[in-house]
Amino acid sequence: METAVKQSFDIAAIRAQFPVLNQEVNGYPLTYLDNAATTQKPMRVIEALTEYYTSYNSNIHRGIHTLAEKATHAFEVTRKEIQKFINAPESEEVIFTKGTSESLNLVAATYGRQNLKAGDEVIVTGLEHHSNIVPWQMVCEEKGAKLKVVPVSEKGEINLDDFKNLLSDKTKIVSVAYASNALGTVNPVKEIINLAHQAGAVVILDAAQALSHLNVDVQSLDCDFMASSFHKMYGPTGVGFLYGKRHLLEEMPPYQGGGEMIKEVTFEKTTYNEIPFKFEAGTPNIADIVATKEAIDFISELGKENIHTYENKLLAYGTEKLSQIDKLRLIGTADHKVGVLSFVLEGMHPFDVGMMLDAKGIAVRTGHHCTMPLMDRFGLEGTVRASLAVYNTKEELDVLAESLFKISSRIK
Amino acid sequence: MNSIEEIQQDIIDEFELIAEDREATIFYIMELGQKLPSMSDDSKTEDNMIKGCQSKVWLTASYEDGKVNFLADSNTDITKGLISLLIRVLSGQTPDTILNADLNFVEKIGMSQIIGSQRSNGFNSMIKQMKMYALGFKTKEQVKQ
Repeated sequence: METAVKQSFDIAAIRAQFPVLNQEVNGYPLTYLDNAATTQKPMRVIEALTEYYTSYNSNIHRGIHTLAEKATHAFEVTRKEIQKFINAPESEEVIFTKGTSESLNLVAATYGRQNLKAGDEVIVTGLEHHSNIVPWQMVCEEKGAKLKVVPVSEKGEINLDDFKNLLSDKTKIVSVAYASNALGTVNPVKEIINLAHQAGAVVILDAAQALSHLNVDVQSLDCDFMASSFHKMYGPTGVGFLYGKRHLLEEMPPYQGGGEMIKEVTFEKTTYNEIPFKFEAGTPNIADIVATKEAIDFISELGKENIHTYENKLLAYGTEKLSQIDKLRLIGTADHKVGVLSFVLEGMHPFDVGMMLDAKGIAVRTGHHCTMPLMDRFGLEGTVRASLAVYNTKEELDVLAESLFKISSRIK
Repeated sequence: MNSIEEIQQDIIDEFELIAEDREATIFYIMELGQKLPSMSDDSKTEDNMIKGCQSKVWLTASYEDGKVNFLADSNTDITKGLISLLIRVLSGQTPDTILNADLNFVEKIGMSQIIGSQRSNGFNSMIKQMKMYALGFKTKEQVKQ
C-alpha cells in the first residue's frame, strides 16, 4: 500500500484516468464541479463494464455453466470489497440496491413499518435530502408516528443539545445525513449514534455524500444501517447499498417479492432466503455492480486519508477565493465540511448564474438540491453549488472565481 | 406597428450577430430582461403565475382597441429576457394574429440550444399562456357581438 502513505499525489495522472474531463464545452476546457450530483468515472470502471459485457455476461447465482460462475464470482467480490471499504463485520450485511434512495426506502418500508406504532417518533435533521425525509413521512403517516426535525443553525450546523432535547423514549428511529449534499456540513454522527442508542433508537446514516470523501467505518461508528450510492464515488450509476446489522436485517420482513429472495415457494406458503438475498429480488444490476469494484479500488489505492487531505485543501482554497467576491454569500460555513461550496450572488437568480458559468464550460448545480426545507430555512429558493472531487484542481477554482467575479459585475 | 414577421426577422438578425458566442448571447438575453419594466407586486399573484416554469414568471394581459397588450415579470433576468422577446413579437397584435402566429424565430435563433431543455419547456408554457389570453379576448369579443 505504498500509495496510501503518500502525502500528495499526481493530479495530472489522476485526471488522465478520466476521459470525460479532457474536452472542451462551449469553447472552454471543461471545469466539472458537479461532483455531489455525480462524479465522473475512471477508465478502469468503464473498461470493467466493457469486459463484463464482452466476455462473461451471464445471470448470477443458480447458473451451473462457466460464465454464470464467473459473473457470480465477480458480483460477490464487489460485495466483499464494500464490506472491507466500510469495515462491516460480514459481507452478508451488505445489500445491493439501486442507490441511496432505494436503501432508505427499504429501511423505512421494512424496519420502519414493522417497528413503528402510533405515538412513536422518528428524528431527522433539517439538512436532509428529500430521500431521507419523504420515506419517513410516508411510514409515519401510515403508522400514526411523528417526524421530528433537528433545527439547522445559520452556519448550516446542527446542535447536539437540540438533538438531545428531541430524543425521548418515544424515539424509535434516527435517520441523518453523514454529510449534507446542499451545504457540505459533516454531522457529528458518532455523538448522534451514541445518544440515540442510549435512548433505545436505531440509527440510519445517509452516507451518499460521505463515502468518497471521508474514512467511514460502520463498526467504530456503531450505526445500525448505512445507505449510499456508488455513482457519487467514481462508480457506475444505478448501484448503491444498504448496510445493516445482521440481527436487524434478519428480523426485518422482505422489501420486494420475486426471484432470488425466496427459499421455497408453493401456492400455500413461501419461505424467504437468507440475508442478503432476502432483500435482492429479481436480477440485479450485475454489470454495474461488477464494475463498482474498480471504483472502490480507485479510492483505496489513492488512500482515503490522502483524498480527504487534498480535498480539504481545495475546499479551503475555494472558500477563500469565493469569499473575496463582492455580492457573493456562502451558504453553509460549518467548521467540518466535505468539498461543497454553496452560494448565492445577491441580485441574481442561481439559474442565471449557472447558465453563465456553463457558457464558460463550468458545470455546477443550481436550485434547491432536493433539500427544499433547508432552502426554506435560509429563506432561499436555491443556491449555486460547486462540489469537489479528487480530480479537481486549484486552477479550476481560479477559473470559477474569475468567472463569478465577472458575472457579479453584471449585477445591476 | 410592424408585422410579426418583421419583428421576428429583427430578432433573428440581432441574434445572428452573436450566434457564435454563447456567453454574449446569454448576456444579451439577460440585458433584455433587465430592461423590461417590472410588474407591480400586486400583479405578481399565484393566478398570474405561469405553470410549467422552473423559475417564477408572471404574465397579465389587457385588451384595448382590438389589440392585446402583455405585461410580464420574472424572478430571474434570463427568464425575463426570454419573455421580453415574446412580448416584443406578440404585444400590440390582434387576438387572431397572436393565435395564428408562427413563432419561427424561436427555432431560427436556436433557442433550445441556448437555454437547454428545461428552460425550453418553460418558454413553451409562456407561448401557450399568451395564446390562451388571446383566445380568451377573442371569445369575449364574439360573445359581445
